[in-house]
Amino acid sequence: MNNPPIPRPSPEGCLAAAGPLIALRGITKAFPNVLANDKVDLDIYPGEVHALLGENGAGKSTLVKVLYGFYRADSGEVHFLGQRVQLRSPLDARGLGIGMVFQDFTLIPAMSVVENIALFLPRLSAVLDKRQIVKRIEEVSERYNLQVHPWAPVWQLSIGEKQKVEILKLLLADARLLILDEPTRVLAPHEVEALFQVFAKLRGDGYAIIFITHKLPEVLACADRITVMRRGRVAGALLRSEATESSLVALMFGATPPAEVSRRGGPPPLAAPPLLELRGVYTRGQGMATSLAGIDLLIRAGEIVGVAGVSGNGQRELGDVILGLERCARGRRFLMGEDATGWSVARVRARGVAFIPEEPLLMATVPLMKVQENMALGETKRYELGHGFAVDWGSVRRDMEQAFQMLGLEAPPFHVPVRALSGGNLQRLVLARELARNPKLIVALYPTRGLDVPSVMAVRRLLLEARNAGRGVLLISEDLEELFSLSDRLVVLYRGRLVGQFKPEETTINEVGHLMVGAGGPHGHEQGR
Amino acid sequence: MGMSRVAELAPRLLRRGRGLTAALARVVITAALALVAFGLVLLIIGRNPARAYVDIFRYALGSYYGFSEVLVRMIPLLFTAVAAALPFKLGLINIGGEGQLYLGAWLTSWAALTFPGLPQAVLLPLMMLMGFLGGGLWAAVAGALRAKGWVNETISTLLLNYVAPLIVNYYIFGPWRSAEAASYPQSAAFVPAARLPTFGNTRVHLGLVLALVVLALFWLFMARTRWGLEMRAIGGNPEAARRVGINLFRYILIVFFIAGGVAGLAGMAEVSAIYGRLPQNLSPAYGFIGFLVSWLAGGNALGIVIMSFLFAIITSGGLILQLTQRVPYAAVNILLALVLFIVLAQPVRTQKRGGG
Repeated sequence: MNNPPIPRPSPEGCLAAAGPLIALRGITKAFPNVLANDKVDLDIYPGEVHALLGENGAGKSTLVKVLYGFYRADSGEVHFLGQRVQLRSPLDARGLGIGMVFQDFTLIPAMSVVENIALFLPRLSAVLDKRQIVKRIEEVSERYNLQVHPWAPVWQLSIGEKQKVEILKLLLADARLLILDEPTRVLAPHEVEALFQVFAKLRGDGYAIIFITHKLPEVLACADRITVMRRGRVAGALLRSEATESSLVALMFGATPPAEVSRRGGPPPLAAPPLLELRGVYTRGQGMATSLAGIDLLIRAGEIVGVAGVSGNGQRELGDVILGLERCARGRRFLMGEDATGWSVARVRARGVAFIPEEPLLMATVPLMKVQENMALGETKRYELGHGFAVDWGSVRRDMEQAFQMLGLEAPPFHVPVRALSGGNLQRLVLARELARNPKLIVALYPTRGLDVPSVMAVRRLLLEARNAGRGVLLISEDLEELFSLSDRLVVLYRGRLVGQFKPEETTINEVGHLMVGAGGPHGHEQGR
Repeated sequence: MGMSRVAELAPRLLRRGRGLTAALARVVITAALALVAFGLVLLIIGRNPARAYVDIFRYALGSYYGFSEVLVRMIPLLFTAVAAALPFKLGLINIGGEGQLYLGAWLTSWAALTFPGLPQAVLLPLMMLMGFLGGGLWAAVAGALRAKGWVNETISTLLLNYVAPLIVNYYIFGPWRSAEAASYPQSAAFVPAARLPTFGNTRVHLGLVLALVVLALFWLFMARTRWGLEMRAIGGNPEAARRVGINLFRYILIVFFIAGGVAGLAGMAEVSAIYGRLPQNLSPAYGFIGFLVSWLAGGNALGIVIMSFLFAIITSGGLILQLTQRVPYAAVNILLALVLFIVLAQPVRTQKRGGG
């Protein structure tokens, strides 16, 4: 490769205080139907944490993918230390010391941490000297608080640990600019804090960090400079000292920020039989899965029960037990007062349970099928004509339009395959489908994860409205603020057990956060496997 | 039809058009590659490939008799292609068409030999029913094992192919062996009432109509019905299908039963119309070729018709090669294998998963 030699970052910090490390000029990138980036300029200096802020679809991911050589810009220039460079592939970018941690990690689960890191190193020798690599891993992880067990297979690691491995990988491959695409999306609050400490250390050593997010408190907590994007353009670039929450919101959304939803004022819980009752439910998790151990849970009409916890502590299993996908090894499940322990998924859904799984593309939709077909899948029987020999697409479309109207959104085109939709639109489609069935009980797993602020507000308002209309909601989330602002009752799930039950106004985020990570016991520092 | 309706339809038609062109291009290129490769084989054994191909097509398309024989061979291919295409919609592989065809033929023959006194209007439907049951139950074995999650359906359907002819052999060497020609292992001849009617003086028989009806039903079923929608959902994302409450177990079992039944109809048509008895080696790998047809057609109904026709030309062309070029009939198998190889070397569109 004929790129300029790369000086190693020195502990003293900045290489060239004067010029930027990377300068993007007039980057434009169009996809069919969308102008993802429109003449974007961006400067990245060594030794800075640069937050890229914006709604879903604002063009943040596209921009960094151009910078990483993953996409080629239609026009515009990339300057590296003042020289114009061509980034034809991620290989070119890595040669310049640009590294990226994708939203979905790119590790190989069956291989160990060392092997995963070795795979990524440039100039890897034919016979691996793993010990030597381990030594380097240990040095670097010591310095930046990125401790992981180098010989552990990756599938055993928690999400936070996997992220550490991804960062280590880049550091060992001599990256000097680290790009992290929504790194906090999958982390628990204490993990986020640890990540920001890593950022601070790296910054001190002259690394540059770009991190993408749409959470304001995070930006204000750790960024040096902030670039806000809106509809493919740079809406503004500020220093941290100039930025306030309201100025950033104004830049992100233009004139009017979306209104916060308020909780109080629904009917009090009724004396009718509870919508859902789990009595001493155990499950037998296979392989790596968590098993539920003695869950007692009650959801009444007109209340939102929030489940707090770090993901991987039995959230999926809890949802699946209610849906009927996971068998109760012990214990019983009641729906609307009836013993529903042995009911099939179809029967549970037919009784009015709506389900919003955590991964809408993988778990709720068929990617190659059209939007309207996916909509009909929510309740195929309702849309059949002539005992199933035809499908009433007219009423599917009508219901879909109505459901989206209720959400205050425009319905996506009916005939587009679902995989062409963005993450946010997909989530909305699943929501619209499940709510169109007029359910009695809504089980929602991370329903706002990865959504932009207006969509988050819309979803929250919807859940509250459902509650006020006398429905029950089980809200499983990692966002404590969301749980606190929406829930009537709050339970904490840790390693398959419910370890706390509160009224939100009688506890604090801090207390719940401690229970979420199992703190308080003798093994407070342990993380979920 | 209002303007807005047209505006809504136009992009759909365009999309569908592009899909069709791509599919056609795929088929044409595959066929061309296979023909060139087979030409090389012919060259190596010292024959003139150009002459050979001219002979094949002149015979198959240029003569009344030849063309009728192509249609005759197309009939079992249509059935067995549907037998493979139906489970494929669920994302499952059925390479057991051959075995299902054999057992369809077997139960058909049982009906024909046991009730020779029935009138044709009763006997033929009964034979069809038995043919369907024979193939269907045979495939349901693989379907049940798969639905339970015990045995991979590709393996079980493949292996059951080797068992089915042995069952047929037991009967034609044993209890059903015909007394009239003791040197041949075959059953006694069926009564005339057990024979499917043919058209004119050709061997083309009523099975052609039946096969086309089955194919049309298959298409309508998948495209229009609620069950088709649910089946496509299973094929597209079984996890999501399970979560919206679709019963995968029931679908897998039933689909394998029906698919096997359709393959069984191919066996029924062969013994009833072509042989008029249960012979040994009743199928020159129709089950496997049907799988190939379905794979090439991507499960598309129109594609199945076209590909069945092409493969019928190739297999009946084998006979003419034997006569004019003195190439053994088995040489056609080389051509079929080449097609299979080229097909498998291409990425399959449906296997691509949607990302981010």
